[in-house]
Amino acid sequence: MAVKSKKLNLKDKYQYLTRDMAWEPTYQKKKDIFPDEDFEGIKITDWSQWEDPFRLTMDAYWKYQAEKEKKLYAIFDAFAQNNGHQNISDARYVNALKLFLTGVSPLEHAAFQGYAKVGRQFSGAGARVACQMQAIDELRHSQTQQHAMSHYNKHFNGLHDAAYMHDRVWFLSVPKSFFDDARSAGPFEFLTAISFSFEYVLTNLLFVPFMSGAAYNGDMATVTFGFSAQSDEARHMTLGLEVIKFILEQHEDNVPIVQRWIDKWFWRGFRLLSLVSMMMDYMLPNKVMSWSEAWEVYYEQNGGALFKDLERYGIRPPKYQDVANDAKHHISHQLWGTFYQYSQATNFHTWIPGKDEMDWMSEKYPETFDKYYRPRYEHWAKEHAEGRRFYNNTLPQLCQVCQVPTLFTEMGEPTKLSHRQMKYEGERYHFCSEACCDIFKHEPEKYVQAWLPVHQIYQGNCEGGDVETVVQKYYHINIGEDNFEYVGSPDHKRWLSIKGKSSDDKTERAKRDAA
Amino acid sequence: MSIEIKTNSVEPIRQTYGHIARRFGDKPASRYQEASYDLEAKTNFHYRPLWDSKHTLNDPTRTAIRMEDWYAVTDPRQFYYGAYVGNRAKMQEAAETSFGFCEKRNLLTRLPEATQKQILRLLVPLRHVELGANMNNSKIAGDVNATTVSQMHIYTAMDRLGIGQYLSRIALMLDGSTGAALDESKGYWIDDDLWQPMRKLVEDTLVVDDWFELTLVQNVLMDGLLFPLVYEKMDQWLGEQDAEDVSMLTEFMRDWYKESLRWTNAMIKVVVAESEANLEQVQAWVDQWEPQAYNALKPLAEASTGIEALDEIRAQLSTRLKKFQLQSQGVSA
Repeated sequence: MAVKSKKLNLKDKYQYLTRDMAWEPTYQKKKDIFPDEDFEGIKITDWSQWEDPFRLTMDAYWKYQAEKEKKLYAIFDAFAQNNGHQNISDARYVNALKLFLTGVSPLEHAAFQGYAKVGRQFSGAGARVACQMQAIDELRHSQTQQHAMSHYNKHFNGLHDAAYMHDRVWFLSVPKSFFDDARSAGPFEFLTAISFSFEYVLTNLLFVPFMSGAAYNGDMATVTFGFSAQSDEARHMTLGLEVIKFILEQHEDNVPIVQRWIDKWFWRGFRLLSLVSMMMDYMLPNKVMSWSEAWEVYYEQNGGALFKDLERYGIRPPKYQDVANDAKHHISHQLWGTFYQYSQATNFHTWIPGKDEMDWMSEKYPETFDKYYRPRYEHWAKEHAEGRRFYNNTLPQLCQVCQVPTLFTEMGEPTKLSHRQMKYEGERYHFCSEACCDIFKHEPEKYVQAWLPVHQIYQGNCEGGDVETVVQKYYHINIGEDNFEYVGSPDHKRWLSIKGKSSDDKTERAKRDAA
Repeated sequence: MSIEIKTNSVEPIRQTYGHIARRFGDKPASRYQEASYDLEAKTNFHYRPLWDSKHTLNDPTRTAIRMEDWYAVTDPRQFYYGAYVGNRAKMQEAAETSFGFCEKRNLLTRLPEATQKQILRLLVPLRHVELGANMNNSKIAGDVNATTVSQMHIYTAMDRLGIGQYLSRIALMLDGSTGAALDESKGYWIDDDLWQPMRKLVEDTLVVDDWFELTLVQNVLMDGLLFPLVYEKMDQWLGEQDAEDVSMLTEFMRDWYKESLRWTNAMIKVVVAESEANLEQVQAWVDQWEPQAYNALKPLAEASTGIEALDEIRAQLSTRLKKFQLQSQGVSA
């Protein structure tokens, strides 16, 4: 045996236990073993420069994760046994879970598939191993979320067919197309999209609203999942940062490619998060913080520091971040206002916020809420009180890229709808913004393929031409149970009967009636 | 006597999710069921993959095998993530005790130099085979659409990384954690004639595109010969060289292989029973790959247990495959 006397340090030892198991192939061409590594134009000159973002061998992984799972499932069991759903702040809260289970959980599964794929695509074994660990973590999240929500599904509507709805329901094409976009891209773009732009830059804006929302609203099952997933998420974030630094350090030609991806995925993530913004401001009976506050802390401050740090690689902050920063005063209200009108076609309920809540929003959005949005709600509340709960029966026009209805307004002009259009190969395409239009222009051949739910309904591809048939048959939304206004819904009645046993019955009823 | 605790019982409005109820009826579902069925996207994909424009995302035609419902393939161990890591945590605890015991008592370093060299030449290079298995199973997990099938493969991918790490630690124990023994062992993998047929086979599997072909080759045919040869026959043979202590360090692999037979057998059984066409396709792959797996292991058997041991194992594999109406070249003793 060759004599080597120095004991390996932790870093080198981990490399021996991971990437050193790989070798330079000679019987097959490297290009044939890793055929997907080059086509995006990213140049990797030396994979050995990859810094392992965390050093976790499998024995340690099994041990830590099993301990976490044991604790988590003990809570799930206790939650179900004690009917923990009765202890939440208010049944309106469950609508946040409906959005989560249909909009986010399927993405965890897609992430599992995506990371398993890139966990094979890279020729650098260190990067592969880190991606595989994220793959199995994402599978974990997908499964524990099913288990966390399982008890709620037994007592509330709208949680009963999440993956099925994710493939079909109009607003769920927003998260689905986001992840399809990443998974259908090459391995480096996938990591820039999901590991960096989403997990690193924007994840707190998803995680904090849902998990802190759960904590503030007495949802022990979901918040325990949140705590349990926290250390996984921390690993995913370090991978996200390592990926971007590694690609940028490898070759200067990578910089413009990565910059374009950052621009694109920041914007796509921001548009996806608009769904979260309305959940945060409107669906949580006990508010954590406002969307605009969350955006300031988690994007403007944290993101600002991050992009300052990336400046030395020649990376600038994402294009159109000024538009996103300005939109923090508006998007949650614009989204909720839209979903309020289209509750007949969603698996969750909507409602007019109570007086206290509107006052909270006036305080949190002093420049916009009273001026632009409160009057709308007051009008709709009056209509509702007079027996005319407003539903919009015209299907909305969707943006070709982000697939959110074209409901946003121009920066600095909150009464002017933002809309762009362009012709490509004889067809006209519509966009919610300059940013989405830019994304389209760069890869039109990709975005013309988009499965736009409204177009599909009108083309007769969703089991019927009328909304009712589509909603019931194609979406599996149970009419009169899952959809429409919250007040008077079966969920609302069930909640009143649960609380009927307690003393706040009358106040609760009075509060809702007032709304 | 038992104590009765009064609880506030609430009637549920449904027992489980709609997609689970459609398969099993609206009754309380197991954790395995709610974690494993119909979670992945099935339709209305937005964009074709840039890396494979012939297929959609989650395309069931990424293999030549056709199943009416891939969820017919299930895991007899009922492993969802929590059950999986719980099980492996126990296995690693036992392994840790063995490694600690060997290390503390210098059980490996006191072996004769020649025996240590044999361990580095004949056993430790298998860590590279494990990395190949890790890559192949990760690819499969990324290509399969049904979660019952994909999750078994990602668990296997991580298991193979773990096994590769245990093998590496044997060398680290021999060289006092300097890495010299791993370097030496890797040299055998790259240059020693003994390993070249196996290295070629592993590299050949890395360019197999059909995921079911790949799981058959990797998890049934290669492992079906390699694990019994190395961790049973060669283990005995090492014992005869006074290196029986190594056995403690490969117990994980023996337990693991025994357990993995449960899901691989269940998978093959369901797939070939689905149709004549599946049976024919799988048979064609067995004809193509089984002899290669056998030949790749020949030099290792010749250098250790003798070829008879490999022939005996080949016959066992043949008997195993026969249960699924598959023929292979092994001759039953």
